[in-house]
Amino acid sequence: MCGIAGLHLRDAALQPHLGALLQTMLCQAAERGTDAAGVGLYGDPGLNPAGQATVCTIESPLVATEAAAAVERALGQPVRSRASGQTTVFTAAVAADLLEAAVRAALPGAVVTSRGANLSVLKGTGHPDELATTFRLADATGYQGVAHTRMATESAVTSTGSHPYSVGPDQCMVHNGSFSNHATIRRELKAEGVEFDSENDTEVGARFVAQQLAGGADVEKALRLLCERFDGFYTLLVATENSFAVVRDAIACKPAVVAETDQWVAMASEYRYLTGLPGVENARIFEPEPEVVYAWER
Amino acid sequence: MGTLTQEIPAPTVTTDVDLTTTSVRELNAALHAEPEGSTAAYRVVHPAGRHAVAVGLDRPVTVTVEGHVGYYAAGMNQHATVEVHGNAGVGVAENMMSGRVHVHGDASQSAGATAHGGLLVVDGNAAARCGISMKGVDIVVGGNVGHMSGFMAQAGRMVVCGDAGDALGDSIYEARIYVQGTVASLGADCVAKEMRPEHLAEVTDLLAAAGRDDDPAAFTRYGSARTLYNFHVDNASAY
Repeated sequence: MCGIAGLHLRDAALQPHLGALLQTMLCQAAERGTDAAGVGLYGDPGLNPAGQATVCTIESPLVATEAAAAVERALGQPVRSRASGQTTVFTAAVAADLLEAAVRAALPGAVVTSRGANLSVLKGTGHPDELATTFRLADATGYQGVAHTRMATESAVTSTGSHPYSVGPDQCMVHNGSFSNHATIRRELKAEGVEFDSENDTEVGARFVAQQLAGGADVEKALRLLCERFDGFYTLLVATENSFAVVRDAIACKPAVVAETDQWVAMASEYRYLTGLPGVENARIFEPEPEVVYAWER
Repeated sequence: MGTLTQEIPAPTVTTDVDLTTTSVRELNAALHAEPEGSTAAYRVVHPAGRHAVAVGLDRPVTVTVEGHVGYYAAGMNQHATVEVHGNAGVGVAENMMSGRVHVHGDASQSAGATAHGGLLVVDGNAAARCGISMKGVDIVVGGNVGHMSGFMAQAGRMVVCGDAGDALGDSIYEARIYVQGTVASLGADCVAKEMRPEHLAEVTDLLAAAGRDDDPAAFTRYGSARTLYNFHVDNASAY
């Protein structure tokens, strides 16, 4: 059992409140998982300054300030860092792939949890309520966010096993359920040269989607292909720079509810996570159908 | 299945319960403490999707909930009338024994699961597995039901005024399912059957009990072909 929540804002006036709204959703979701938690935040200028790349890491061998100095030496450009609980956030005015390469070179053993111009992934082990404080989630702003609370089943309770999984630029996946053929697909992807950061089943789904997106598929097609290839139970929430999408497996036993107003689209494992959203009492509320991809663009 | 003619006593005093200030546990404890034969009325506001609202009732009380409820609302109900003016989460009225549960919005998956008796009415849509393993309950859904509805349904009646999703009535036993709209697909051993006068009469009664004016003649009956009841030697290779 895990809890998922996501919020895609249509009304720019709500953007200053993204983190506070997402925090109410995450903390309700804590009852579905207290092993670990994480958020993917899109468009927070503190985490993703305009014109700069952001790379997030966990399991950094150095504290944030020393790590920034090491990355700066590797990059040859100024690098800023910020500690957000177990996550370290690096920003620099270079392309994301250059910053990611510098982080990997300077911090052997660190795991990159996101890279891009718009997304920051903050995650770790522990109770979601406490993690939200270390993420400074209530102060976060932006145009969309996803959140996950984990009750571990398929792999150990580690920071690398926590969600969201972001393995492509500005891409993000959270998952409630368990893939049953992930080991087979992992072997296939490894044979094609794909590298993995964890033993987690969801990472395989995220790598698969990233591969489809890199090959030119849009999110809808990538998720339809995932439905064809993956067995098991899943409710997935997938975000990219410009999209927000939900899909469930054919059996659809993992819960999901979507609510939509003119101001926002929200998805959650349970309706009660949504009760703090403005105007939810008049939202259009529905359960996603099995194997139907629901996608919203901005 | 004598619930259709059950008289609902008119309550005299209504107790208001606000779930922003009272816990679900306190609400349920108060409902459980009602004396035998109590016809007390409770009005519950601000449920905010909380789970297990009004579960385990065993008195002929009336509970009116203003808003959406979470999982298992009115589960294990006996004798009570529970009205939800909103949507219900997973497993509303699961294992109901008697009484009446009316969801005025939509219901999530497994509505009325394993229920033995009483009447469950959903004005909107019910999601997947509505009436899974039902054992005698009556269910009337104003809208559609999702896939695998009536899975292993053993007894009782389910009336669907809209459409049914895939695998309706898979491995059904002796429950009867009536659908007015389309059926995406039938599950194993579930077949369409003739609507005889007694079936028209029971659909008429069930629609009336649910307060609906759909035309009973527009419904098709589905039930078990009874081919899975006994081992058939031709199927030996499947084991």
